[in-house]
Amino acid sequence: MKRYQNLLMLIAVVALVAFPLWMVEKPAPGPDGNEVEIFLGADDQAKDVIGRIAPEYKPWFKPLIEPPSAEIGSLLFALQAALGAGFIGYCLGMSVTRAKMRRESDRQAPC
Amino acid sequence: MHIMEGFLPVKHAIGWSAASAPFVAYGLYSLKQRIKEKPEQRMLLGVAAAFTFVLSALKMPSVTGSCSHPTGTGLGAVLFGPVAMAPIGTVVLLFQAILLAHGGLTTLGANIFSMAIVGPFAAAAVYRLAKSARLPFGLSIFLAASLGDLLTYVTTSVQLALAFPDPAGGFTASFAKFATVFAVTQIPLAVSEGLLTVVVFNALARFNLRELEEMKVVTAQEVQA
Repeated sequence: MKRYQNLLMLIAVVALVAFPLWMVEKPAPGPDGNEVEIFLGADDQAKDVIGRIAPEYKPWFKPLIEPPSAEIGSLLFALQAALGAGFIGYCLGMSVTRAKMRRESDRQAPC
Repeated sequence: MHIMEGFLPVKHAIGWSAASAPFVAYGLYSLKQRIKEKPEQRMLLGVAAAFTFVLSALKMPSVTGSCSHPTGTGLGAVLFGPVAMAPIGTVVLLFQAILLAHGGLTTLGANIFSMAIVGPFAAAAVYRLAKSARLPFGLSIFLAASLGDLLTYVTTSVQLALAFPDPAGGFTASFAKFATVFAVTQIPLAVSEGLLTVVVFNALARFNLRELEEMKVVTAQEVQA
């Protein structure tokens, strides 16, 4: 069980991500004929809720730089994830090798 | 969980920034001390920061039909204590606020408070409780990371409800609305974050046990149990 624990957990994560994609159905276009979009960011939905609760509220500050398109935005998000994952991979590789070398030197010189 | 730029009234923006600042400052100081005393912990600190980078970049779909992302702060909170995550979370939030227009500078204080303070403190507290209740190591980590994640989003809902109370139902009605958007969406993501954190901890427990024992996170018996 312990051996497969990590694999099972990773499969569970994939299932958790895939399940909503499969389960949530796109609602029919609204009366204005506009397609209803799904899987938008929760942050944007919160903005809509604010608009409903306090329609007179105007944001008083604008982002200094905005990604010029969704593509550039996803480029930066991918960069962020790649930097993190790259570093974790490097550390993991180093730790694995170090543990292996420790084991080998223990075997050669039992003390 | 990012409150968008300009979407908190000035008073709230200043208040949350003032509330977060001492945590970030003390966190920076304590990290500096730690690295000075134990330079060998630098790598694990890097892993904790990198994990937050990865997870907060992953926008995942949820059963509510919207997308949100995990926070990744539970790992570092368990390893280095919650205060250490305040400056680390700030770096991630700044990156997203400045380059991605995700979150914002005026809402930075509030976002730091939810993601880099409440989340990590909750995670560290849950881990300590689970450990004293003698729950298995993996389960303790899972509960710590996923509850820390969830409470981050509950905090965001509280922050928005305080700033925008419902004209009819006041704070409670408003909190219910924001919590539906944030906290409910977050439930499956919190589970994912918990599982991913356990995967990383399993690797650490296997290859970096010496460091973990030195940091008093776990003992060898607890991991094998």
